[in-house]
Amino acid sequence: MAIMPIKRPRLALGPLSYFWTEEQLLEFYQQIAGSPVDIVYLGETICSKRRSLDSDQWLTLGRTLQEAGKEVVLSTLTLIEAGSELGALHRLCQSDEFLIEANDLAAVQLLKGKSFVAGPATNIYNQRTLSFLTKMGMRRWVPSVELGHEPLVDLQENRPEGVETELLVWGRLPLAYSARCYTARAHNLPKDDCQLRCLDYPDGMLLSTREEKPFLTINGIQTQSALTQNLSHQFDNLCQLGVDVLRISPQSRGTLKVIDLFDDLRNQRITVEEVAAWVAKLAPLGSCDGYWHGEAGMEKHLEQIEGASS
Amino acid sequence: MELVCPAGNLPALKAAVDNGADAVYMGFRDDTNARHFAGLNFNHNKAELGIDYAHDRGARVFVAINTFPQPSGWKRWQAAVDSAADLGVDVLIVADIGVMDYARERWPDLTLHLSVQGSATTHEAIRFYSEAFGIRRAVLPRVLSMKQVEQVINESPVEIEVFGFGSLCVMVEGRCLLSSYVTGRSPNTFGACSPGSHVRWEETPTALESRLNGVLIDRYERDEPAGYPTLCKGRFQVGGHTFYALEEPTSLNTLPILPELKRMGVAAIKVEGRQRSPAYVAKVTRVLRAAIDACNLDPDGFTPDAAWLKELETVSEGVQTTLGALHRPWQ
Repeated sequence: MAIMPIKRPRLALGPLSYFWTEEQLLEFYQQIAGSPVDIVYLGETICSKRRSLDSDQWLTLGRTLQEAGKEVVLSTLTLIEAGSELGALHRLCQSDEFLIEANDLAAVQLLKGKSFVAGPATNIYNQRTLSFLTKMGMRRWVPSVELGHEPLVDLQENRPEGVETELLVWGRLPLAYSARCYTARAHNLPKDDCQLRCLDYPDGMLLSTREEKPFLTINGIQTQSALTQNLSHQFDNLCQLGVDVLRISPQSRGTLKVIDLFDDLRNQRITVEEVAAWVAKLAPLGSCDGYWHGEAGMEKHLEQIEGASS
Repeated sequence: MELVCPAGNLPALKAAVDNGADAVYMGFRDDTNARHFAGLNFNHNKAELGIDYAHDRGARVFVAINTFPQPSGWKRWQAAVDSAADLGVDVLIVADIGVMDYARERWPDLTLHLSVQGSATTHEAIRFYSEAFGIRRAVLPRVLSMKQVEQVINESPVEIEVFGFGSLCVMVEGRCLLSSYVTGRSPNTFGACSPGSHVRWEETPTALESRLNGVLIDRYERDEPAGYPTLCKGRFQVGGHTFYALEEPTSLNTLPILPELKRMGVAAIKVEGRQRSPAYVAKVTRVLRAAIDACNLDPDGFTPDAAWLKELETVSEGVQTTLGALHRPWQ
């Protein structure tokens, strides 16, 4: 294995996956501006009906965060169905002010020749795909969340010049997208008359099994894990692999603490064991790391570390 | 409209061809295709026999290599592409950009169709695959309404195939990792959803429970019919209610809207079900053949024959059918 220079990874705040009010959004990102996160992804990636901020407001917010020293990336909608959604995508991809995260191949097509980030739903699983998209202008990629440590070792060894790797290290796993809105369905409402019920669930709705075990999170047309993927204990591994950016996915509570913990970790102010002591508090429904180990995503290998610190 | 039917094995292939399929689609016996089930699919010898059988009777043969290879498996996908090309198949159905790039470079004359696993829901996404790899057709995910399908067809640089009958994915194909979240195996990486190897049935004093890798997918009372625990089709609790939170066990059936699909310019109708029996394939192919022929003859006067619908209902998952996302209120 080639020896890679170990450098301090940058921290990114992924796009918000839930529907918050304008007030909640602005307050949250104001706090983010003062946090040690390096990169902030903005924009609506789940549902085009969520319009607490219009596109101009997102741009204004982006400029504010840029002035605060953050690299700002605008994320595109993941599932594009309506003509109006495609129109909005066209406008977004024409803008040259910020780097764009493509969450669908339609966005890649519209960004051809420009620099772009390929989000986790673009399905990059192998070297040849990585190389092809790099030739098209991709400068950072976020692997599919089901890609584990072993394939990543291979891909990192052979990755093309000039492309960065960003990995989800903290957050609920984005697992599926649908034509159907599950939040509306849970309220017996048709999707076309959803009454914006997602606003009532700043961290999505819990879906449990009939044994009342937390299983999934319903978030409009998206399905997420109920558990939080936590790779903090893999920090040294991630650095050795040359992962450039660590992604944290926003929640309504605890996100700033999570950012601080990863910042402390990369600055060697705390140990992974000390971070582990916080996990239960920051991920009250539990954490998981199975995908990293090439297993079922919901599995967890952390007991030993967490046990040792409690 | 071309009728494209599933061939999980040689008897199913023959059943499809004999009952009027214009084309059949198959996969090899490994994880390079999205129906990687035990005992299913074709080795080289059986593929040869099947291709000859279909070609002798004027039917085309498509081979699905529509999963996403990871570095350690890359050579297997490459070999599958080479093998399909050597066999002289008519079309490769592909989803992964790397696989398409390889196929285009190594076999420039081989016709490529974008698999439903490629998740292309807009003409711009289709344009990407068309410009980059010269795909000639795209299969649409089962998430678009009729109006949206028509918009895609109007702008698409290539022809469009839609699912016409069979089990229904409620999630966008190629973008659903629920199965690997629970079992480590997903359609994208392993070619299977909710794999049988992880299914467990448990009898309790009052009920029958189905589990997938330990996760309770559903619980059936004594007199309730039990279904396969495809994990999106179980009953779960949300907000204090227990219900089919994601999807009921139903089948897609587009028979009632065939003239509409034809008018919009749909190039091909696909039947799902490579995992189903030759008898299923025979029955569904026969009905779809009769329906498409009737629709071609007189699209304005077309109404689905009651006998066809009855026949399809006997083979539907959950014994009920839906238009799925094509019918807006379903969404």
